[in-house]
Amino acid sequence: MGNSRWPFVTSGLGLALLVWGSVWGLLYAPREVYMGDVQRIMYVHVPTAWNAMLVLTFAFACAVLSLLRGGWGWDARLEAAVEGGVVLSALLCTQGSIWARPTWGVWWDWDPRLTTTAVLLFAFAGILALRQFVDDPVKRAVWTAVAVVIAYVDVPLVYFSVRWWNSLHQLQSTPETVSRAFHWPLRINAFGVLFLMIGLVELRARLAWRRRAAESAPPLPSRVAMAAGSL
Amino acid sequence: MSGFLAALRKDLLLQWRTRAQFVAVFVFGASALLLFSFAIGPDAAALRQHSAGFLWLAMLLSSTLALADSFESEVQQRALEGLLLLPADARALYYGKALANVLQLTVLGVGLVPVMVVLYDAFTARVPALLAVIVLGAAGLSAPGTLYAAMTAQMRARNTLLPLLLFPLVVPALLAAVKSTSLLILGDPMGQLTSWVALLVAFDAVYWSLCGLVFERVVED
Amino acid sequence: MTSAVQTIGLSRRYGRRWALADVSLELPAGSVTMLAGRNGSGKSTLLRVLATALRPDHGEARVLGHDVRHAREAVRRKVALLAHQSFLYEALTARENLEVAASFLGRSAEALSLLARVGLETRADDPVASFSAGMRKRLSLARVLLQQAELVLLDEPYGELDPPGFALLDGVIGELRQRGATVLMATHLIDRGRLLCDRALLLEEGRLVWSGPAREMPAEAPGGSAPA
Repeated sequence: MGNSRWPFVTSGLGLALLVWGSVWGLLYAPREVYMGDVQRIMYVHVPTAWNAMLVLTFAFACAVLSLLRGGWGWDARLEAAVEGGVVLSALLCTQGSIWARPTWGVWWDWDPRLTTTAVLLFAFAGILALRQFVDDPVKRAVWTAVAVVIAYVDVPLVYFSVRWWNSLHQLQSTPETVSRAFHWPLRINAFGVLFLMIGLVELRARLAWRRRAAESAPPLPSRVAMAAGSL
Repeated sequence: MSGFLAALRKDLLLQWRTRAQFVAVFVFGASALLLFSFAIGPDAAALRQHSAGFLWLAMLLSSTLALADSFESEVQQRALEGLLLLPADARALYYGKALANVLQLTVLGVGLVPVMVVLYDAFTARVPALLAVIVLGAAGLSAPGTLYAAMTAQMRARNTLLPLLLFPLVVPALLAAVKSTSLLILGDPMGQLTSWVALLVAFDAVYWSLCGLVFERVVED
Repeated sequence: MTSAVQTIGLSRRYGRRWALADVSLELPAGSVTMLAGRNGSGKSTLLRVLATALRPDHGEARVLGHDVRHAREAVRRKVALLAHQSFLYEALTARENLEVAASFLGRSAEALSLLARVGLETRADDPVASFSAGMRKRLSLARVLLQQAELVLLDEPYGELDPPGFALLDGVIGELRQRGATVLMATHLIDRGRLLCDRALLLEEGRLVWSGPAREMPAEAPGGSAPA
């Protein structure tokens, strides 16, 4: 895996965009008529949601490639992407709670998308736990790739089941109404988080790759060296 | 096909031989059913309302024990590896074990129903439909459960990791099974049962094919 | 004379260690070979790689004409492994264990005659959980005989056996030789190996350090390495 500086550039750019978009959205965008200032959380919540799905889809792609091709590169990216997905999912749940409390008076409103995110959070956090308990690097790579594929395929099923389950009760309106947000800060933040995640995932993948290399056995000494030695 | 039948026969024989352990799992499930009621209190109407949820939570918790047990004998003396080296087809071994686990979980579910009826006054006249839901729910737990049990049996911290990995995954099956059972007990005025059963069937179809495909990677080097 | 087994540069790592390092060997068909080496020298790993229970990390191995990486099923049909773990189901009886194995091989077990061959006919219907280590070894041996393999890999088979068990195993190896099967046996019993086997291999820290006729097998000095 490379040593170039592009992830730092991308992360820096992403962070800058995120600051710009957030300041604009949180402080300067027009106030929403019905929900007031609480609605401003959309400027971070929606970008986080888009990127969470993107990162987890990338994790799925890495898992499939890791199973088909092998090697440490895809496994390292998989580890980074799953961690990124867990962080973003945790953020999403936190943001959802921050929105729900002043709006509905409860910390959790069982909104289908948010509930699906919570289930995903547990599923992928569990996969990170799985990685901790497997010592053999090859098995670890194969098993976590399998687990990621299985968890990702579950996402639509979880979403539909929770949505039907919730629709039988009073459907509380969700904070996902994009039309109520002013578009520009949203788009800027979306790209901000995207670039930030791309940079961070790449850096994290490099770290994972180096750890794998350190874990593996050194290359076999050549036969010439062996014959010249004590044996 | 013959490998699958050989595997199924082997797993049914093993289940029969270790039936004492299964009785212990059943007792665990029944006591869980009892303990859940303490969360609500002696409100008969509320208990009846939630009985389907209690049944399936008890099933879920018991299933982790039963599924883990099903691979105990396979890893003790590397018996599963021994079969693979004969050679035996990994896919056949998976489907044999998964199907035997469905049978065991169905027996567990069917055994817990009278406990639920007695404790929660949760009766349904639609017995064939209830049996179908139990079988489909058991199948939903068994497909990914057998795969993950095979994986975690080869690791340390296996008792914690199996539920940790399995529980988020089976949420759709759990919801569908709970809703279906609830509709059978409390009534289904809007005819929603078929939709929930369809979701359960979809979940089963996806996971029975997917897990069979990847099982070999989980048990082979 | 064709080779039953041919390996070139066979290597397998275990964590940071190379359990097998650059092993190149050849076993002639129909030969009985002793595999010697201290604990941890890689004997079990070599047997497991040849049985296709493990994949090699580097190098190649051909067993009875089939590549261990790409033709695993073909190799498995012709190879039987007697390992440290018994491959048995503790909850099942001796007879049932053989019948289960036979059902995957697509043939009938003839369990009683196999059990009689290894001296377990009186315990045919007892669960394996009640067996001693030596009895488990005999049952595993019966399971190997059931497979009717062309290459038989034995990992320290004398381990848990009693003196009658030793004689049994000697007899089995003789029969396998007569049948034309190839045998590779990891053992610490060098003197016995010298008598029973045609050839010998010595592993040290995963490397093949000596190969030759069994009678010329150097004695392993307790603390040091064998002379090259």
